[in-house]
Amino acid sequence: MSAIQYIKDIYNAVKSLLIGMKQTGYYFTHHKEIITQNYPEEKQQLAERFRGEVVLTHDSNNEHKCTGCTACELACPNGTIKIVTKFELTPEGKKKKAIDKFVYHLELCTMCNLCIVACPTDAIKMDQAFEHSVFDRSQLTKVLNKPGSKIMEGVE
Amino acid sequence: MWSLGNIAHSIDVWLNQTFSPALALLIEFVIVGTMAISLFAVLGLVLVFMERKVSAYMQIRVGPNRVGPKGMFQTFADTIKLLLKEGLTPTGSDKFLFNLAPVIAIISAMLLLAPIAFAKDFQMWDLNIGVLYVSAISSVAVISILMAGWSSNNKYSLLGAMRSGAQIVSYELSAGLSILAIIVLVGSLKMTDIVASQETGWWLFKGHIPALIAFVIFIIAATAETNRAPFDLAEAESELTAGFHTEYSGMRFALFFLAEYVNIFIVCAIGATLFLGGWMPFHIGQWTAFNHVMDFIPSSLWFFGKTFFLIFLIMWFRWTFPRLRVDQLLNLEWKYLLPISMFNLLLATAIAILGWHF
Repeated sequence: MSAIQYIKDIYNAVKSLLIGMKQTGYYFTHHKEIITQNYPEEKQQLAERFRGEVVLTHDSNNEHKCTGCTACELACPNGTIKIVTKFELTPEGKKKKAIDKFVYHLELCTMCNLCIVACPTDAIKMDQAFEHSVFDRSQLTKVLNKPGSKIMEGVE
Repeated sequence: MWSLGNIAHSIDVWLNQTFSPALALLIEFVIVGTMAISLFAVLGLVLVFMERKVSAYMQIRVGPNRVGPKGMFQTFADTIKLLLKEGLTPTGSDKFLFNLAPVIAIISAMLLLAPIAFAKDFQMWDLNIGVLYVSAISSVAVISILMAGWSSNNKYSLLGAMRSGAQIVSYELSAGLSILAIIVLVGSLKMTDIVASQETGWWLFKGHIPALIAFVIFIIAATAETNRAPFDLAEAESELTAGFHTEYSGMRFALFFLAEYVNIFIVCAIGATLFLGGWMPFHIGQWTAFNHVMDFIPSSLWFFGKTFFLIFLIMWFRWTFPRLRVDQLLNLEWKYLLPISMFNLLLATAIAILGWHF
């Protein structure tokens, strides 16, 4: 190692270290742009394709579009959805199949979106809620249809 | 005028009037000891908070912001957590050495406080070999690290401790030589003499190039001696989990942590005393009017301002530079810093003999 190379090495080392310090010094003195969020108060804008959980959409009259066809239950790869059906009497006196309980096991769900694709009436969709932590595992088994809800008029 | 030196002097006079000299001395010991321990506690709280905030700002984060206004009481919460935690002693460890190591770390840090001049006439012990005392005692810290690594009976601890031993032993050389450059210019090892010699200007400016080179080398060596990034091979959390204090928990871990931060403060205080004039206000040569204005700022503020500036500089290094490899670390010391500081000492001696400094 020649003497010139030695001095050159020192010069280059000091220079590159100073470049790094200039960058962090800039960040230190320009404390406006923050790349993190104060989580519970300000939440990140999630991407549109983010999937948090399956929900059964209800309109303002507490009506949903689920016919109880069990296409989602059949499409689900790991038995997340269990549909319990019942028979309701229509005003004409006919028996009609309707859902009693739309049971959804969140703890088994992999958010694969196959149930939403399978649904013929677009009754279910993916929601963006992601704060699912609970103290008891049984709370993750949810009934998606609200109590007293009915099927929407005209949906077969 | 109010100053720490005057308060200390009046307390001393009052104690000697009220009690017998021996009792007065004993009471002063107790007061000084209490102040040293409370300074430790305050430094631990302030420096940890400062480190977390500085690192957050440099990484475009917010940092601690939950406990108290702007997260100011975060370190209090952390301390309470550490106090309440169980202090485990591993089964295969050497229990006596394992429990002794953190105590030695903290005692060696505490001994270093003695010769530091915190303000004008405000010093525990103005011994005539002040700087030599500091460089001697600071080497004791390596014993506690080796002791902790050996007694833990853990491969990571041992590796960290051995690395730290090699590192501290080699970097002490260039730290000592850079201190020597200033000692040569001053002509005394006594802290008060070193500060008094900077009345017409700090050595960083008065000593021309040798003082500047010595300052840079001292800062690098100080960072290495306190085991901080980019020289934190002894801890190296990505390779050795936590290095020499892997097995420590609870209050014993807190003692190591405290000793680290107190050591940073002390090293920076020494650096401020040697290169930036200690408690001496910013004076320029014979400009009496300017010097007089600067004298109105209390000397303790000058001392703590300079020390915290150097601490900030070391924190800036930590959050900018990546960690060195072991061979790079030793290359840097033995091939670059040591030859340069030896040459620098020669240059400083020439300047001192020829009287070229201001």
